[in-house]
Amino acid sequence: MCLAVPGRVLDIEERDGTRMANVDFGGVVKEVCLEYLPDLQVGEYAIVHVGFALQRLDEESAKQTLELFATLGMLQEEFGDPWEMAAEAGGTLPPEGEGARL
Amino acid sequence: MKYIDEFQDPDLARRLLDDIHSTVTRPWALMEVCGGQTHTIIRHGIDQLLPDQVELIHGPGCPVCVTPLEVIDKALEIASRPGVIFCSFGDMLRVPGTGRDLFQVRGAGGDVRVVYSPLDALRIAQQNPDREVVFFGIGFETTAPPNAMTVYQARRLGIRNFSLLVSHVRVPPAIEAIMQSPSCRVQGFLAAGHVCSVMGVEEYPELAERHRVPIVVTGFEPLDILEGVRRTVAQLERGEHTVDNAYPRAVRPEGNAAARAMLEDVFEVTDRAWRGIGVIPDSGWRLSAKYRDHDAEHRFSVEGIQTREPAECRSGEVLQGLLKPHECEAFGTLCTPRTPLGATMVSSEGACAAYYLYRRLDLTPAAREATPVV
Repeated sequence: MCLAVPGRVLDIEERDGTRMANVDFGGVVKEVCLEYLPDLQVGEYAIVHVGFALQRLDEESAKQTLELFATLGMLQEEFGDPWEMAAEAGGTLPPEGEGARL
Repeated sequence: MKYIDEFQDPDLARRLLDDIHSTVTRPWALMEVCGGQTHTIIRHGIDQLLPDQVELIHGPGCPVCVTPLEVIDKALEIASRPGVIFCSFGDMLRVPGTGRDLFQVRGAGGDVRVVYSPLDALRIAQQNPDREVVFFGIGFETTAPPNAMTVYQARRLGIRNFSLLVSHVRVPPAIEAIMQSPSCRVQGFLAAGHVCSVMGVEEYPELAERHRVPIVVTGFEPLDILEGVRRTVAQLERGEHTVDNAYPRAVRPEGNAAARAMLEDVFEVTDRAWRGIGVIPDSGWRLSAKYRDHDAEHRFSVEGIQTREPAECRSGEVLQGLLKPHECEAFGTLCTPRTPLGATMVSSEGACAAYYLYRRLDLTPAAREATPVV
């Protein structure tokens, strides 16, 4: 959760009066709120933390960071199944009906 | 320099290290504030590549670790109630409360859900108007603005069945508390980069001046850490103590104005307890009076819950840089990631977990050579 990951804006739309985007994190696409970077445009990169774009990042830095995170397995830590990871850490089976219910 | 080939740019890493080695003339103790930085340091063996005179002390910057036991117990109590959907980030699932954790509450029938973003929790509230949806709002200045925005949106959209269990903390008062401790050995700080992406750097010059301590804003990639150390050591050797930004690609001096404005609207500064450390004045946020009806503590009347931490867990000393994880008697025996006594062992960003994961059980020079680092 502490991690903030660079991502590239794929498209932008208003939803419930809020500026939202689909953002690509090295292959994983997530919905991201742009209210804190309202002038961010499609194709630009930003540092995203828990679904919010917090600061613009240049393309080269963003790509280098994503490459590094992928190598270190940190993208899996950030976007993998949290129940499975918690179960693994605890050495137990995940509770029934697992997987994020969203 | 046996690990240096693993760096993203080994030549640059080598140049930075050479610079640090040729600059240092005497011992210096630096604290990296961010738990993500601690993991980078241990994972890449950065502490072992630095000159022996440069000691890295691990700071309190792991949001999961510093969340007090009583707040975890409040979360467990709320999550166990019928009609509640309790939403959290995944890394809170295994944090031990008194006798159980959120993972076990879910196993016992509680409706605990993991979300990627607090806005996901708000959507769950919209989709389940007959249920009470609570989001576990922990974290530093990086995480607080998303949670603030979510409460603001709940208010704006008239979503009444959404509330936040708040335990947000702020870095500058923690630095102040560390510097005021009589046993403090810290001579320079690597400030947490993404906290500064939001807050900027304006809170730091006064701290740097008053405590005569350099504060260098640092990212969390291996080369960022080396550059942060290089600049901090250079200042110390020159007898300087200023604020320096070694992470300009992600940190503007003013931070993020929109996020800061939202923080000021939704939250107000309050005293906050840090797990293992105790109460630090003005070190946290709570919902401001205007948003109090979205405060889960009030809504579920759990303000009264108070609990004590296990005496054998010394994570408070680890969080203040007074003790290295492997120096704790319970480390690796009573306390492991599978049977954690405290949050520094269970959190993926915790210093104890980093030491355990990367087999850093002993840091003497002889053991260093013998210890495999994965």
